[in-house]
Amino acid sequence: MSQQGSKMSKRNDGAALEVLTLRLDGHLFALEAGHVREILDLGPVTEVPSAAPFVNGLINVRGKVVPLADLRLKFGMEKTSATIDTRVIVIEIDLAGDQTTIGLLADKVFEVTEIVPAEIEETPRIGMIWRQEYISCVGKRGDDFIIVLDIAAIFASALRDRKGDTRSKRNAA
Amino acid sequence: MKAADPKEIFQQEAQDLLVQLEQALLDLEHAPADGALIDTAFRALHTIKGSGSMFGFEAVAAFTHHVETAFDKVRQGAIAPNRELIMITLHARDHMRQLIENPEAADSSAGQAILAELQRIMEAGAAPVAATPAGPASYRVRIAFPRDVMATGTNPLLLLDELRGLGRATVAALTDDVPTLDVIDPTACHVGWEVMLSTAQPPTAIEDVFLFVRDEMTLEIEPIRDTTPETPLGEILSQRGDVTSQAVEAALHEQKRVGELLVEAGAVSPDKVNAALAEQQHLRRDGAPKPSANSSVRVPAERLGELMDQVGELVIAQSRLRQIATVSADQQVKSVAEEIERLVLELRDTTMSIRMVPIGALFGRFRRVVHDLSRDLGKEVALTMEGEETELDKTVIEQLNDPLVHLIRNAIDHGLEDPAGRAAAGKPQLGHIKLAARHAGMEVLISIQDDGRGMNRERIRARAEERGLLAKGAAVSDGELLQMIFQPGFSTAAQVTSLSGRGVGMDVVKRTIEGLRGAIDLQSTPGHGSEVTLRLPLTLAIIDGLLVRVGNGRYVLPLGAVEECVELSAQEDARSRGRSFLNIRGDLVPYLRLRELFACQTPADPYQKVVIVSSGDLKVGLVVDQVIGDHQTVIKSLSKLHADVEMLSGATILGDGAVALILDIPHLVEFGQVREENQRAAG
Repeated sequence: MSQQGSKMSKRNDGAALEVLTLRLDGHLFALEAGHVREILDLGPVTEVPSAAPFVNGLINVRGKVVPLADLRLKFGMEKTSATIDTRVIVIEIDLAGDQTTIGLLADKVFEVTEIVPAEIEETPRIGMIWRQEYISCVGKRGDDFIIVLDIAAIFASALRDRKGDTRSKRNAA
Repeated sequence: MKAADPKEIFQQEAQDLLVQLEQALLDLEHAPADGALIDTAFRALHTIKGSGSMFGFEAVAAFTHHVETAFDKVRQGAIAPNRELIMITLHARDHMRQLIENPEAADSSAGQAILAELQRIMEAGAAPVAATPAGPASYRVRIAFPRDVMATGTNPLLLLDELRGLGRATVAALTDDVPTLDVIDPTACHVGWEVMLSTAQPPTAIEDVFLFVRDEMTLEIEPIRDTTPETPLGEILSQRGDVTSQAVEAALHEQKRVGELLVEAGAVSPDKVNAALAEQQHLRRDGAPKPSANSSVRVPAERLGELMDQVGELVIAQSRLRQIATVSADQQVKSVAEEIERLVLELRDTTMSIRMVPIGALFGRFRRVVHDLSRDLGKEVALTMEGEETELDKTVIEQLNDPLVHLIRNAIDHGLEDPAGRAAAGKPQLGHIKLAARHAGMEVLISIQDDGRGMNRERIRARAEERGLLAKGAAVSDGELLQMIFQPGFSTAAQVTSLSGRGVGMDVVKRTIEGLRGAIDLQSTPGHGSEVTLRLPLTLAIIDGLLVRVGNGRYVLPLGAVEECVELSAQEDARSRGRSFLNIRGDLVPYLRLRELFACQTPADPYQKVVIVSSGDLKVGLVVDQVIGDHQTVIKSLSKLHADVEMLSGATILGDGAVALILDIPHLVEFGQVREENQRAAG
């Protein structure tokens, strides 16, 4: 599964892209299905004091302690309390050399679907309210757009953003 | 489960044999006449050759054959194991290792070169060696100093220590001549000694020890012959002339312990019997130097890891059961739960003890490192080791190899001066590196100490300023300055050698140790050397913890660090802010309000508790809302996303399935102490 590579061109390899679609603050997003391990109801969350706000929780996933990330905060959306639709998407990504399991909060999870190459468009340089580096590509679905997130890039940047931490920078390099 | 590949078994066995061979060779360098060492080396070679050809490692067998032939000659006494021979055999050992581990990559021409060199040394050394006795001889050394020996500035203890340096010694004191208290002269030496010494050195070496007091004292050196560990005590006594054989005979007729009887009969003083007993003990140990290693089983490390994980899950499941049983009214459930708890705890302890291995095996590897470095750098280095029996989690030990090699290299390369430098500093030519391990509370301390030049503060500062790590002329504590050497790319070495000075490494050392949840302390005295101490947690898997609540969050404190729990009195609570320390039986202990530290929003409990924790000599109080109780804590490490949260050392899963955080006591204590100092400075 290719997770690294340049932002724009990496989806132009001709194969259909399998994604999991979800909703965050009314917008339709998607994750590459290859990263996704399971989808869980939200259980008790333990707050981690003095951690970055967007990853300040820990949850128990089948006996493993897993960090819980709220992508809404990464995209400048308001933090909301959980609803009946709230789900945790458990993903596994390579984080600075470690295979890491992370839980992602989603307001609602829809389905696993395919985006065929004809529907894939380059990330427009302008007109996007979200940081371009977090977005893998944009798929068209009828009149709607699906924003496919580059989660590896999101968490790599979370490591980089940490204040005065030389350690992770060296690992990521 | 797949059947073990016989080739793999051979490779594993050969590993052990190669280690044995290496150790024997290194020992042989210092004790060339030790027959037992020559035999060990020979046996290792012989077994490798034999099982090598059996399992189809023909190249190994063929190569080892030549080395074995050479050592057979050594064993027969035809050739002395000189430095050159030992060196080439060490090379041969390395080549054998390559042949065994990675036969395709082995360079056969290198092997040929080693064999040719071996051949040359064999021919050169073929002259028969002087007829030195193979193996160490045992001596009985009786020492009686003149009464006024201490007045002349001689310290008998130092002489005894020197004697110990010659070989394995058992010392027994003879206190027959010590007078009663009313007539004793406290400045006189009333005690004599008997030393049973096994040494490869000639008896003259023993006399040399007493060179300066030889004329005034009584010194008897007798070889111990014809006594085996089975020699009866009576026989030893009579052979030593302490008692006549008739007296022994007479005593033997009464079937009691012979030594006791002889004392009762007044034939010999209790001390003499003790000395003879010590001698018997000494010989017994000569007879059986090592316990057999056959009673162990090889288990792949991953399988142990799996076992530990499963025990961890079991501990978590058990704490859920305990929670259910506590609220249940069913007595049967309660009693089963208790029994399971006991069994799980025992299982946990056993499993953890399986993973504990003595650090000696790791230390042993460094002898070769020191040996090779000493040769390459032209510095004479003596490596001493202490606390090899200290046990540590196997996974920790494995990860310690690289950092320790690096620190030892640094100590020899940068720490120790070259021979000219040592002479100029008035130090003996021989540099010392000391490797020590010991337990201290919940931690294991491993230190590397050298007697070299010490770290150069000015150079570290200059380098830190040059690299922009430190503002020019900024005030920084000595400890912080020394810690600069752990910054990536930091090196003060004027010259880059092939070994160190490239500035890669110290940061890796620090990262590895921190990855093991440990810390590094540095101490350095200019001109006298440096000491690096690695502080490591005893185990990485399960700890006994104290569960507390702060706001809505539950936290675990390692129980080993908890000193006591006290209540924060209302008046203490009210006047806090300005000065936050408690008076614990006369000690001022600073305290931290965890609610403030964790920015808790919920209202505080009316009666706040203080948990006093310690790290090293320092104590700090942690104010919590509630002390819940003890908790078996299975440590789960935090992901890299939370690696920057220094107050936490990990997380665990509670009986109800929720996650609790484990507090990092050393960090909190440090934080509390620093804040305390700042407050004092401000106030």
